[in-house]
Amino acid sequence: MYEFVSGPFALISFAIFFIGIIARIVWYVKGLNWQLDRVAYSEKLSDGITGAARSLFHWLLPFNRTTANHPIFMVVTYLFHICLIIAPIFLVAHVVLIEESWNISWVTMPDKVADYMTLAVIAAGIFFLIRRLVEPNVRFLTNAWDYIVLGIAIAPFITGYIAYHQWMDYKFWLIVHILCGEIMLIAIPFTKLSHFVLFFCSRIQIGMDYGIKRGGAKGRGIAW
Amino acid sequence: MAEEAKSQDLPPLVTRKPVKTQEDLDLLLADKGVRYYKELEVFPVDTAALKKTLDATCKSRIRTWLEICTHCSLCADTCFFYLANDNDPNQIPSYKIQSTLGELVKRKGDVDTKFMINCMDTAWGKCTCCNRCGMYCPHGIDMGVMFSYLRGLCFSQGFAPHEMKIGSGMHWIYNAQMDVTVSDFVETCEWMAEENEEYYPGLNIPVDKPNADIMYTINAREVKHYPEDIAEAAILFHLAGENWTVPSKGWEETSLAMFAGDWAGCKNQVEWVYEAMKRLNPNRMVVTECGHAHRATIIEGPYWAGIKTGQTPVRSMHYVEWVLEALETGKLKIDPAKKIKEPVTLQDPCNYIRNGGLCDVTRKIMSYIAEDFREMQPNREHNFCCGGGGGLNGIGRYRKERNIGMKVKRDQILATGAKFVVSACHNCWDAIRDLEEVYKIGIKWSFLKPILLKMVIVPDHLKPKE
Repeated sequence: MYEFVSGPFALISFAIFFIGIIARIVWYVKGLNWQLDRVAYSEKLSDGITGAARSLFHWLLPFNRTTANHPIFMVVTYLFHICLIIAPIFLVAHVVLIEESWNISWVTMPDKVADYMTLAVIAAGIFFLIRRLVEPNVRFLTNAWDYIVLGIAIAPFITGYIAYHQWMDYKFWLIVHILCGEIMLIAIPFTKLSHFVLFFCSRIQIGMDYGIKRGGAKGRGIAW
Repeated sequence: MAEEAKSQDLPPLVTRKPVKTQEDLDLLLADKGVRYYKELEVFPVDTAALKKTLDATCKSRIRTWLEICTHCSLCADTCFFYLANDNDPNQIPSYKIQSTLGELVKRKGDVDTKFMINCMDTAWGKCTCCNRCGMYCPHGIDMGVMFSYLRGLCFSQGFAPHEMKIGSGMHWIYNAQMDVTVSDFVETCEWMAEENEEYYPGLNIPVDKPNADIMYTINAREVKHYPEDIAEAAILFHLAGENWTVPSKGWEETSLAMFAGDWAGCKNQVEWVYEAMKRLNPNRMVVTECGHAHRATIIEGPYWAGIKTGQTPVRSMHYVEWVLEALETGKLKIDPAKKIKEPVTLQDPCNYIRNGGLCDVTRKIMSYIAEDFREMQPNREHNFCCGGGGGLNGIGRYRKERNIGMKVKRDQILATGAKFVVSACHNCWDAIRDLEEVYKIGIKWSFLKPILLKMVIVPDHLKPKE
């Protein structure tokens, strides 16, 4: 089993992930239409790039305009995403595995730091879960997929934490952990998790929209 | 029985086509909406056509917005309808769009009449397309844009509010949002010039003058209900020494077709204005104190007309931009003793602030005309809709919803302590007038033109000879 999940299935899931997200980006860009969207994307490209850069920069920083109204949520969200992306990429065990398989490697972070980051992801996940269950507006909007997607996103971290600390059957939890990670990779192109790349597409589009034609065209240079 | 048979003989009021004849328009006007909405309740959805339209026009931008919404509810408190309705979750922008357009897309257009009526009631009665929610969504999901798109789908299926159908029809028949003809317009201009010439010798409203610096375009209701607005514009251009003109054809800048989602009507309307630009060859175009007119003809119009650069055939600007230019260059001089002394606040119209970027312009104007200017909170790009945007002011079916929504603007105004609101937008002006009528908070409201006329210095050579 371990051989399968860490061998061919890992390859398959990475392939689906990379091909999938590239397909989503290509589909997104191909679907943009200057006349339907009413944005002169190519004719006013430089205004568009400025607007897009402003939009991305503003919304990639933790203290954006929505933070003022929802500081706790935004800070937790920010931490969640940072840790979720950084920890698995720079974890020693992951880098070693990749080096053994494909003979490439990169810098790693101390296990202690990765451990805290993992805990942060799990804690933030629990925060999101409770918020979905308790906050009336969020609960009103939530459907089953929102829980499933949240589960898919934090499962690799919970199982990874259990496996790393060897609390129970290490081999079993290791396999479950790898499987969960692979499920997440496969799910990204096909679910809301596609915001992994579509967040950037959407922000670039709205930044271009405002930069080219709306409040940004004659505006005072705020980020949209 | 007899009555039923009679109503069956009447031609239908609800159709999937825009109204393009006077006869059909008269029928709608005579109805007042009663038979219209009754017919709508049993009007079938052409699901095949709806699917075809979705396939052709609902592309990656909108589909992505609908898909990646994480249901985080951060948009809730950005919507004035949500706030005005005591935080009713049914008013969360995300919910409103997901339960209408979101479902429509999911079901590939396979929906029934009841569903479409809910779409209509949401797209016009619960959203003014102010685009404020999109400014706060971390994913950049602009629900105002999507509701505008949904309006187009509804209109194409015949599910548009009575007044929207009439408004779009007016544009098809009169090239104006009201039944104002070219001769009505030209005669009103002549009348206004004559009426005021005694006080402003040499006052003239030049019609169809080629190669002028400014081509001025207006809102049909100025002709129909507020001709003095045209006179005021003429006097201010006259005092500023402008070389200006109005086009006999192509003078109407507004677009109820845009509020209605009648995209073919939008194209037809703006092309009328663009033809005037080409015919008269002015240096630039100035549009009257109207928000959606600016949005329709200057911001969106070029795209409807198929102009790839997204720019109007000649450079175009809102009236407030002209006012600031005239004040800064000294073409108009203000008598400092006549500046507004009482506290005064300013309405930021969504259609040329969030969607036009002119917030600094209006503030600079305020510094010229007011001694005690007070900002609403929030303001500028963050300002709330007046409550009557997106055509909502004119729709009888949603009067109650509109009046509830206006509470947010009411409280914003009250918090400034000012009893005077400057509103350089017809729609906002109406909504603020109506909110005074409904809530009686003791405020005055005004366009810029009458304010400027009261304080502008008339140069000696333009004064009447006693």
